Amino acid sequence: MSTITVIEAVREAMAEEMRRDERVFIFGEDVGRRGGVFLASKGFIDEFGPARVLDTPLAEASIAGVAVGAAMAGMRPIAEVQFADFVWPIVNQIIGEAARARYGTKSKVSVPLVVRSPYGGQVRGGLFHSQSVEAYFAHTPGLKVVAPATPYDVKGLLKAAIRDEDPVVFLEHKRTYRSVRGEVPDEDYVLPIGVADVKRPGTNASIITYGLTLHYALAAADKLAVEGVEVEVVDLRTLKPLDAETVLASVRKTSRALVVHEDNISLGVGAEVAALIAEHAFEALDAPVMRVAGPDIPAMPFAPTLEAAFMPTTEKIEAALRRLLTY
Amino acid sequence: MARKASRTAAGGLGLPDGLSGEDLLDLYGTMVLVRALDERVWAMNRQGKAAIVASCQGHEAAQLGSVWAMRAGAPAHFSFTYYRDLAVLTAEGLTPTESLLGFLAKDGEPLSGARQFPQHGAMPKRHVINLSNVVATHVPHAVGWALAAKMRGEPIAVAAFFGDGASSQGEVHEAMNFAAVQKLPVVFICENNGYAISVPQASQMAVKHVSTRAEGYGMPGVTVDGTDVREVFQAVSAASRRAAAGEGPTLVELLVERYLPHTSDDDDSVYRKRAEIEEARKRDPLAKLQALLLEAGLLTPQRDEQLRQRARDEVEAATDAAEAAPFPAPDDVFEHLFAPDAGQGGGR
Repeated sequence: MSTITVIEAVREAMAEEMRRDERVFIFGEDVGRRGGVFLASKGFIDEFGPARVLDTPLAEASIAGVAVGAAMAGMRPIAEVQFADFVWPIVNQIIGEAARARYGTKSKVSVPLVVRSPYGGQVRGGLFHSQSVEAYFAHTPGLKVVAPATPYDVKGLLKAAIRDEDPVVFLEHKRTYRSVRGEVPDEDYVLPIGVADVKRPGTNASIITYGLTLHYALAAADKLAVEGVEVEVVDLRTLKPLDAETVLASVRKTSRALVVHEDNISLGVGAEVAALIAEHAFEALDAPVMRVAGPDIPAMPFAPTLEAAFMPTTEKIEAALRRLLTY
Repeated sequence: MARKASRTAAGGLGLPDGLSGEDLLDLYGTMVLVRALDERVWAMNRQGKAAIVASCQGHEAAQLGSVWAMRAGAPAHFSFTYYRDLAVLTAEGLTPTESLLGFLAKDGEPLSGARQFPQHGAMPKRHVINLSNVVATHVPHAVGWALAAKMRGEPIAVAAFFGDGASSQGEVHEAMNFAAVQKLPVVFICENNGYAISVPQASQMAVKHVSTRAEGYGMPGVTVDGTDVREVFQAVSAASRRAAAGEGPTLVELLVERYLPHTSDDDDSVYRKRAEIEEARKRDPLAKLQALLLEAGLLTPQRDEQLRQRARDEVEAATDAAEAAPFPAPDDVFEHLFAPDAGQGGGR
């Protein structure tokens, strides 16, 4: 085992897969000599050469579109969109085309493509460098959407995404890149896409979350544990396909559910999780499903006070847990 | 404009290098078949049997000349097509029965299993992907296919067929720029019929020729008469050779006519004068090729009638077969969302 950061996990996953499979290549802005703006591909150009660590013009629509074509031709591109805030030009190619390629050709064409993108806020990124974009992609059949939050999960799931036969949108919370460290095995391992993970077992309430807020949820659970309240924390890890079984099993055990995410509260992952619980575990509930999430404003503002007002913090999660537990 | 076809070729046909009189006759036979098929599916739309048709009438020489040229210019080729490319698909091996299964949305349709509009989906073994009818999204796919080929060292030329309307899309700009930067083996083939549904070229662009944009990307651009298979063949085969030789992409603009409305759902009488279409019919690629072959003695009126009768018979038989075929079974609707056994990377 070694202890690494999330960005190191990204780097290790890509490098190992590139050594393993010559079809894998990296494609995006500044990925070459610069090594990516977050240094995800730092040093890659020296090991793999410029043909496999390919700098593109500053044009996201064609980063996606050309990567889709290369994937159709049997390559395994890892396309990097520098910030998730810049994904909107790729929507036409990823939601419109890649997601429908297998279905629209009865598997005569497939798109084994990974689109990686740093998302999320609390990095003083303001409206256009802090966005959470997962719900838009997760709504789309034909895409897999992965949003892990620990080095172990990031590495194992990114390797799975690269090996996947279908398009995967792989979202990395940029605040976790250097702030979250964790152990990873030294040997090769892959984690299955579509499987959630109980990060902390408990019996009194369930938090269902993913991304940066996983760490705040765990901190809130720690606080209540001092008072003898055991909160289970479920990390979704994959948003599409959503692991309903793990979520429902947790809620059936604890009878109380709090859904937490940084993305805007309405019509997103939290709403889907709440709907699943209401539909399939209603009789197990002792309280209504509650949510702590980003408010319905366009994105996280720049000023620190405004940013804090947006962010679902440990304190907000703790307060919501207390409401849930005393309902 | 590209260099005119040589007049020194045998028989006074003005054939460019690589295109024989036999090729021309072969191409003519396919063109006769495509026209008969196109007329049939349009009629079947008016009969309420084919839900939607985009006719290629007026584009046949551009499409067939391009396919013959892609074959001649490169050891291997692959085509990314759009919704008006029935002649490309037919030349690449889509049979009239297969086409009609698509137009009638019947089971066994080979490109998408009738999940998509007619002619959409893929037939990769026959070198064609026609994934969607969102305009121009396939142009970067062609560039990506070419990038993959370059990475693997495969000598291939990739054709991206699109219309003048698509040329306005940002993704076409991005695709051309990237292909030129990386010197990718792509032939951008713009079938310019002068209309983006109802919007005439003058309202789409301030330039006379789409091909003049090529210079801005650092690649050659040519414009030729897309109703003359000889000019099409010469321009596209040169571009195809250039691509396969690793010299980079070319933009070839083929000036064609659109004889029918944008699709069977369009009414072109509100934006196009009948006289304009009648004038355009003087450039009918089928009539032009027929006259050329008759004049050169490669075709006799008797042989011509035989070819046409054979095409009519083939379309008739295809129509019967497609009408008799069942629709897809409804439980098919959930299949092919993801790879069946996704292994370690698979979701539930």
